[in-house]
Amino acid sequence: MLRDALTVLTKDLRIERRSKVTTTQIAPFGVMVLVLFAFGLDELVVRGPGESSANTVSAAAISAGLFWLATLFAALLAVQRSSALEQADGGRDGLRLSGMDPAGIFLGKSAAVFLQLAVLEVLLAIGVVLLFDATLRNPLLLAATTVPATIVLATTGTIYATLTGGQRSRDTLVPLLEFPLVAPILLAASQATRAALDDRSIDGWPWVRLLVVAALAFTALGVLLFDAVLEDL
Amino acid sequence: MNSQIAARVCAVLGAVVLGVVVVLGLFVTGPDVVQGEYVRMIYLHPATAWTAYSGIGVAAFASIAWLRTRKMSWDHLAGAGIEISAVFTFLALVTGSIWGRPTWNSWWQWDPRITSTTLLFFLSIGALTVRRLDGTVEQRARRSAVVVLLAAVNVPIVHFSVDWWRSLHQGRTLARVDRTISGLQLSTMLLSIVGFTLVFSALLILRARTNRWEDEAAQGGLGEAVSMRRSEATGGPAASPHPGTV
Repeated sequence: MLRDALTVLTKDLRIERRSKVTTTQIAPFGVMVLVLFAFGLDELVVRGPGESSANTVSAAAISAGLFWLATLFAALLAVQRSSALEQADGGRDGLRLSGMDPAGIFLGKSAAVFLQLAVLEVLLAIGVVLLFDATLRNPLLLAATTVPATIVLATTGTIYATLTGGQRSRDTLVPLLEFPLVAPILLAASQATRAALDDRSIDGWPWVRLLVVAALAFTALGVLLFDAVLEDL
Repeated sequence: MNSQIAARVCAVLGAVVLGVVVVLGLFVTGPDVVQGEYVRMIYLHPATAWTAYSGIGVAAFASIAWLRTRKMSWDHLAGAGIEISAVFTFLALVTGSIWGRPTWNSWWQWDPRITSTTLLFFLSIGALTVRRLDGTVEQRARRSAVVVLLAAVNVPIVHFSVDWWRSLHQGRTLARVDRTISGLQLSTMLLSIVGFTLVFSALLILRARTNRWEDEAAQGGLGEAVSMRRSEATGGPAASPHPGTV
């Protein structure tokens, strides 16, 4: 299973390296979402030179929420892109005929999405520090938050995008399915990230524990169910 | 007992129990010291929420059973469960909002229960949408089972996250006045849950049967489905379909 996972992971990353969709489309999209939030929220987050942040909402609160919303939107593009790779040129038939373990395929595709999102999150983290004046108080907590939260985004997104891959309405279906499912993950990740940034009123570790449980649960469910998901391709 | 009789028994018993609840709730039990007459919503709202969560529970159980056995009757039950769950989740949100307006002076509060129920509603909508995608009945069952199980696993995660969200921040938004209910009020509320469970059971059986007929109509033609329905109603063997009657 792990060998198959590594094969699929390598294949997906190689395709991404050649096509550069993540770096030229998904990453700019994620950063652009951050900029658009600043326009949309205006005086809540935008400060002029020399203005104090005293009259604005906590930078940690805003930054954490924006970081995870931008990640979620970009994750949708990443998983749809991951699914689209198998839709073109008979890729899905090749995948089914390859004899690889469905659980391995699931883990490999999820890992590829996870790695792309991890790179994007580094960019977004730099973005919120630069654009929203956030300060990082606890890097360990931030890392402990982003890993399980990103695993959930990658695994659930991979399941939904694969399940709806052959449908004409897949572009709207995946958000419809994914948003309510990851809403509690977004909540937990935002709270833990706030604590990691600069908010001492929140204990981030209970949220991290919830994220770890969710990551394990959805990964296990994907391993068990992906056989049925692939049958549907 | 066949499913039709079971559905009728549940429906009749449910109607009787809910009739008793109406009498007790509106005429026998008194108003609350704090909430006044609005406390009577307690005989309606918790039961709708209970039914909504029962629906997703049944759907999850039936989805696991379908994945193990691949028997379509489990998929019909899962479809019925998720559909009823969506309807009653919506009703729970509406009744909760109606109750909340005079009690909290607001149609909406970011209370853990309301937030959980809202997310459950959208998860149910997603599952229903997936069930209506193009494809064979096996594809529908497979997609539905996957989506329902993901939603079911998410229910406790939603529960804990929104509970901590409000409790870690600002304490519970709402005074849990229902903790203090006792005596006839409590009995009436529990009776309403029994009544709703009976009605839920009747709806579940009826909707699962309708799902089966829909599949029969789609696969074997409407004539065969009508023939099956007639034979079930008369208790006789299924007659061969007459093309002219379709």
